[in-house]
Amino acid sequence: MYLYSEFDTAFLAERNAQFRAQVERRIDGSLTEDEFKPLRLMNGLYLQLHAYMLRVAIPYGTLSSAQMRQLALLAEKWDKGYGHFTTRQNIQYNWPKLRDVPDMLDALAKVGLHAIQTSGNTIRNVTADHFAGATADEVADPRPYAELLRQWSTDHPEFQFMPRKFKIAITGAEADRAVIKAHDIGLQLVERDGVLGAKVLVGGGLGRTPMLGKVLNEFVAFDDLLAYLEAAVSVWNQLGRRDNKFKSRIKITVHELGIEEIRARTEARFAEIRPEFRGADMELLERIKAQFAPPAFRDGSTAGFESAYSNDPVFRSWIDTNIAPHKRADHAIVTVSLKAHGATPGDATAEQMRLLADLAERYGHDELRISHEQNVILPHVHKSDLPAVHAALKEHGLATANIGLISDIIACPGMDYCALATARSIPVAQQIATRFDELKLEHDIGHLKIKISGCINACGHHHVGHIGILGLDRAGVENYQITLGGDGTETAALGQRTGPGFAYDQIVPAIERLVYAYLDLREGPEETFLQTYRRLGMAPFKSALYDEEARADAA
Amino acid sequence: MPRAYTPKIVTANDLLEGDVIYLTADDRWSRRMAEAELITDEAHAQLRLLDAERQTDRVVGAYLADAQAGESGPEPTHFREDFRRRGPSNYRHGKQETAPQPRA
Repeated sequence: MYLYSEFDTAFLAERNAQFRAQVERRIDGSLTEDEFKPLRLMNGLYLQLHAYMLRVAIPYGTLSSAQMRQLALLAEKWDKGYGHFTTRQNIQYNWPKLRDVPDMLDALAKVGLHAIQTSGNTIRNVTADHFAGATADEVADPRPYAELLRQWSTDHPEFQFMPRKFKIAITGAEADRAVIKAHDIGLQLVERDGVLGAKVLVGGGLGRTPMLGKVLNEFVAFDDLLAYLEAAVSVWNQLGRRDNKFKSRIKITVHELGIEEIRARTEARFAEIRPEFRGADMELLERIKAQFAPPAFRDGSTAGFESAYSNDPVFRSWIDTNIAPHKRADHAIVTVSLKAHGATPGDATAEQMRLLADLAERYGHDELRISHEQNVILPHVHKSDLPAVHAALKEHGLATANIGLISDIIACPGMDYCALATARSIPVAQQIATRFDELKLEHDIGHLKIKISGCINACGHHHVGHIGILGLDRAGVENYQITLGGDGTETAALGQRTGPGFAYDQIVPAIERLVYAYLDLREGPEETFLQTYRRLGMAPFKSALYDEEARADAA
Repeated sequence: MPRAYTPKIVTANDLLEGDVIYLTADDRWSRRMAEAELITDEAHAQLRLLDAERQTDRVVGAYLADAQAGESGPEPTHFREDFRRRGPSNYRHGKQETAPQPRA
C-alpha cells in the first residue's frame, strides 16, 4: 500500500484548508454560486437532485482496513449510515451538508484519501484491475504505475482546464477486468525483451458516442511512458473541441483526425518533451514499488477448506461463484457481493464496511479492493480462512453467491439521485435481481452481465453489458432501451440496440423474455448468454422481445 | 393564437442542506411543493425567478418548473419534479424521513 509522504500530507492539508475557507465565503455570501461551483467541483462536491454529493477517489480501487473504517465513519457521522461504491472505483456520499464537507475532507486526509479531481475537466481517478497484485495472469502489479500516474496527474498545471474530463485505466493482465478499451487512455502492462512497459490504447469511451479504444502504441517502455502519456494528453488538450461539449472527448478527436495523425502528433510532442524527463519519475516509481511489495503469504494446510467445501453446499456455492484463483494455489481472491437480491448495487452500510475492514485485517493482509463492478474484494485470503470469512460475511448480509450472475448488476444512481439522469436505474436493478431470485434460475442461467444507465452518459456501462439497459425520458415517461452483445473485457464489443424501448413496468418482463429465449436457444449450460448471442445474432432475441409482446397485446 | 402559458413554480436547492425547496407566494422557501406559488403569468414568473436568483446566500440553482393545480396545491407535471418532491425510491431518505417544515 502506498503511504503518503510528508509532501502529500502537507499538500492535502493546505488544499483542504483552502476549501474550508471557500465554503465559509460561500456561506457568508462573499462568493456567488457561479464563483463557488468550480471550486467545489475541484474538490469532488456536487449538488444533485435532493442533496449535495461528495465523491471520494479510491485510487486504483485499493484500500487499507484503516481507510475503509474511515469511510464507515464518514457514512455514519456525516451521511445516512451508508456509502455508494461507483463504477469508477470511487465512493459517493449522497447526503452531506455543505458545512460538514470540510470536516469530511479533513477526516479523509487522516488516512490518505481525498476527493480532488473526482470532477471537472481534469485527469480523474486512475482505475485498475481489482485483482491486481493477486491474480496469476498478470505481467506485473499495475498499481505502482497507477500511483505514479495519480501523483503526476494530481494538480498537474497543464491538465487542469482540459476540453473535458479524462479517464485512465490500467491492467497488468491480458484478461481485461478494468474495461481499458472504454477509457480515454487504457494501459496494459506488457514485457518485451525483459523490459516492462505498456501497450497504450486511446480514444475509448462510452456515453453519447460509444467507441472502443484504438492502439496508439504497441509498446512504450516504462522509462518513456510518463513522457509519452503527457505528450498524448497534451496533443488532445490543444486539439480537443472546447466549442462543443458533445465532441470534446479524446475519442472524437481520434475519430476526426484518425489514429495515424494522433500518433504522429504524439510522437512529435514526445520527442520535444522526452529530454525534460530525466529519470526522477523512474526513481519515484522504484520507491513506490517497494510499498507494493507482496504481503508475507502464509503457508499452511487447506484441509479445513476442502472439507467445508465438500460438506457445506451453501459454502460450496459461494466458493464456486465468488472466488477467483490467486497466484498462490493455497490462497484465494474473494469477491464480496454488494448485490444482495433487492439491495441497491454498490451500497454498503457503515457496519458492513467495518466488518470488511476487520476481515481484511484479520485474514487478508490488510488489503481491500473496490471493483468497477461495485463489489468489494479481499485479494489475499488463505484458503483455510475461507470458511470463517464466509461465516462472518453471512452474518452481515454479505455472502450473496452471485458474482458474474444475472443479479450482479451494475447500476448508476439514476434519477433517484443524479441531476443528469433521465430515468431511474436502481429500482430496475432491484426488481430484476428480485425476480430472478424468485424464479431460482440464476445459477442455471450462469454468466450474464446486466448493466444499467439512467442516461446517455453511460456511467452504468450499459454499452458493454451482455444485456444493457438505458433509461430515457420519452415524452415525459421513463422508457428503457435494451442493447445486446456488449462486452467490457479483452474481447470488448459495443452492444446493439434491439429496437423500441419499454416502459418502466415492462422492462423486467422484457428481460425475462430475453433470458427464457436464451435458455431455449443455448446449446447447453456451458454456452453463456454472450456466446449464444454471438452464435445466433439479434434475430431470435428480437423476436422474443417484440413478437411475444405483440401476441400478448393481441390477446 | 399564442399557446396558453403552462403554469410554473420556482424551485431550487437549499444552500446549506442541498434539499429541494419551493418559493411561496408570501416569499418564504418551503420544502413542500404544495405550498409553492403557482404562477400562471409569464412575466410574473420571470420576476419571481429573479427574486429567487437574488437570494444567492440561501438558495442554489433556482429555475422555473412546469406545474399544475392540484387539490392541495401545485403538483408536478413531469416525473423528474415528482421525484424531486418525494426523494429517492430505494430508501425512505430525504423528505420521506422528516416531517415537512419550512427552510431557508
